[in-house]
Amino acid sequence: MTDKPHLDEEALAELQDVMEDEFDVLINTYINDSSDRIAHLRAALEKSDADSFAKSAHSFKGSCINIGAPRLGELCFQAEKAGIDNRLEKAGAMLDAIENEFRQVEGTLRRFLE
Amino acid sequence: MDEPLTDNRPLRILIADDSDSDRLILKTLLRRLGHEVEDAANGMEALDIFRKSAPDIVLLDALMPVMDGMEAARHIKVLAGERLVPLIFLTSLSDADALARCLEAGGDDFLTKPYSRIIIEAKINAFNRMRLMHRTLSHHRDLIRERNRKLLEEQEIAKRVFDNVAHTGCLDAPNIRYHASPMSIFNGDVLFACPRPAGGMQILIGDFTGHGLPAAIGAMPVAEIFYGMTSKGFSGSDVLREINQKLGRILPTGMFCCAAMIQADFHLNQLQIWNGGLPDGVLLRKNGARENIVSHHLPLGVLGTARFDAGMKIFQTEPGDTLLMMTDGVMEAENQQGEMYGEQRLARSLNEAGQGDSPFETVMAGIRAFTGNQPEQDDLTLFSLGMVEEGELAGVSERLPQSALEGPAEWHCVYEVQDRTLGQFSPLPLLLHICMEVPGLRRKSGEIYTLLSELYTNALEHGVLGLCSDWKATPDGFGQYYAERERRLGDVAGHFIRFTLTHTMTDRGGRLAIVCEDSGSGFDYRKESSAAGSECRYSGRGLMLLRKLGHSLNYREHGTRAEIVYDWHFSEVATREGSTIQQPGGWS
Repeated sequence: MTDKPHLDEEALAELQDVMEDEFDVLINTYINDSSDRIAHLRAALEKSDADSFAKSAHSFKGSCINIGAPRLGELCFQAEKAGIDNRLEKAGAMLDAIENEFRQVEGTLRRFLE
Repeated sequence: MDEPLTDNRPLRILIADDSDSDRLILKTLLRRLGHEVEDAANGMEALDIFRKSAPDIVLLDALMPVMDGMEAARHIKVLAGERLVPLIFLTSLSDADALARCLEAGGDDFLTKPYSRIIIEAKINAFNRMRLMHRTLSHHRDLIRERNRKLLEEQEIAKRVFDNVAHTGCLDAPNIRYHASPMSIFNGDVLFACPRPAGGMQILIGDFTGHGLPAAIGAMPVAEIFYGMTSKGFSGSDVLREINQKLGRILPTGMFCCAAMIQADFHLNQLQIWNGGLPDGVLLRKNGARENIVSHHLPLGVLGTARFDAGMKIFQTEPGDTLLMMTDGVMEAENQQGEMYGEQRLARSLNEAGQGDSPFETVMAGIRAFTGNQPEQDDLTLFSLGMVEEGELAGVSERLPQSALEGPAEWHCVYEVQDRTLGQFSPLPLLLHICMEVPGLRRKSGEIYTLLSELYTNALEHGVLGLCSDWKATPDGFGQYYAERERRLGDVAGHFIRFTLTHTMTDRGGRLAIVCEDSGSGFDYRKESSAAGSECRYSGRGLMLLRKLGHSLNYREHGTRAEIVYDWHFSEVATREGSTIQQPGGWS
């Protein structure tokens, strides 16, 4: 597991500053995007497509880092490495961890918007 | 591409990223910085936008569906062509190999996630500076390329004008050999040859200080004066004086023309040479003896008219003798070690030449062997003139420059030379010039010149000065004749020689009537006439020539008035147009 924080408050504050009125659009976009990516990862895993799994994890990792969700980014990075090395036996557990972490991040972000 | 070179306008930035949230962050960030942003979710979309909007800077995610960033980068670089479009990869890649591949695909830099506003702004500004600098340089390069193209075009036209003005005259005469470097860019050397109306030819070989356009501009008036004056019958000295004066006036200080003037007379078989600043020329006798033609003068364009000495040195020659003249490019031709060919090697080449070898070929071969494969220096001019029997050059003087003007047909003029001017001035070029205004007479300039010249010499030497050409029959008498001529020329007050020229048109052509009167007491033209039959080379040919050339020759007033009628026919002029073969006159 990782000891990185769920959310980087400082990064989020900066994003809020940059995005101004569009901050909530960004958060919603991120949440929708992430749900899609998790679905992609799941589909890739079912087909045992390690390459597709790695690519989706890689992209997901980038948006997590940018939004200020480092722990989720780190989990995606682990999944990406597993995909690249074609070791999908632990990928199901990894994907569960990613999904759990995402639910947590999503809840916190939604509260952030209120 | 038509934007001003220094601008503060917003940049058009294209971003391509498959992550909607990342794209949204970047787009907002860049808009806040004042730029215009278009975005694409994959490489294919990015290419479409690039084709349509030609953005200034592209930010590309490395990994995207449909077409990834690396491939898009390669296409964009091709589409951009000469334009520098900075390409920055957006990446969370940490693997060094993957990063290197991004640069190999044409990327200029990376931006790593998470995005930092400060870093993004700094990178965009840095790449914009690079982009503008590249555009400025490209613009300057295009300007230079265009200027260069224009310059070459102008040089090409200038060269055509120059070649027309400074044409090679009669350099193709059978007794002339020469090597002049190709004048793709004018090299500063000149070589002109022109037949003289009285027979023989005049040659000018020169080397201007400097190269290129300045030297070419200096050479143009030299060519004009040389060809203009020579074809009108002026002597080498007269031409030199005029060129020197002209160059002194037009050339900047420090620029001048090393030159040699050669006046070749194949009738007397003599050379008159003036060398001002060129390397020693060589006169190779048929028997193997050699004589150096040393420069005794400053180059043309240096001295003022008062101090300029145009005196030419006379060399008696025989058919088979050869004159070699050259510019210092011959002496300075370098071999691979940077040594120069020089006078000693030139002398050695000539020493080693066998009997019957052409001196010109000998020297050229010597230079080629010495310089080896060195690219040929651009200012090397070598010229050789073979002394021949007059008859071998028949036709050369037929090609004096022609004017397209119609010219006068019916005219009459009287020109009288008086007093001390008789000893100082030759009216012949002026009189010939007047006659040459008639197109039908131009092909006859040699004959007209001979007529005028013989009439004038007879009037001056036998009429005004009262000299007897019998003296010239012996070598002693010859000297005495000229000494007496000089003495008597000092005392010609009250004397005159008067030319009366009348030209009229006839059914078949034209008629030039020449009357030459002098103030002398007359001479026994009957006796002169008989003397003409003897083998006396320097004196007797006068009257015989006149009779041979003129339609009719009559002496009146005890020989103080000579009348010549010279008829020319249209048919001759027409058939001779463009022809170089001298036909025996059918008009006598």
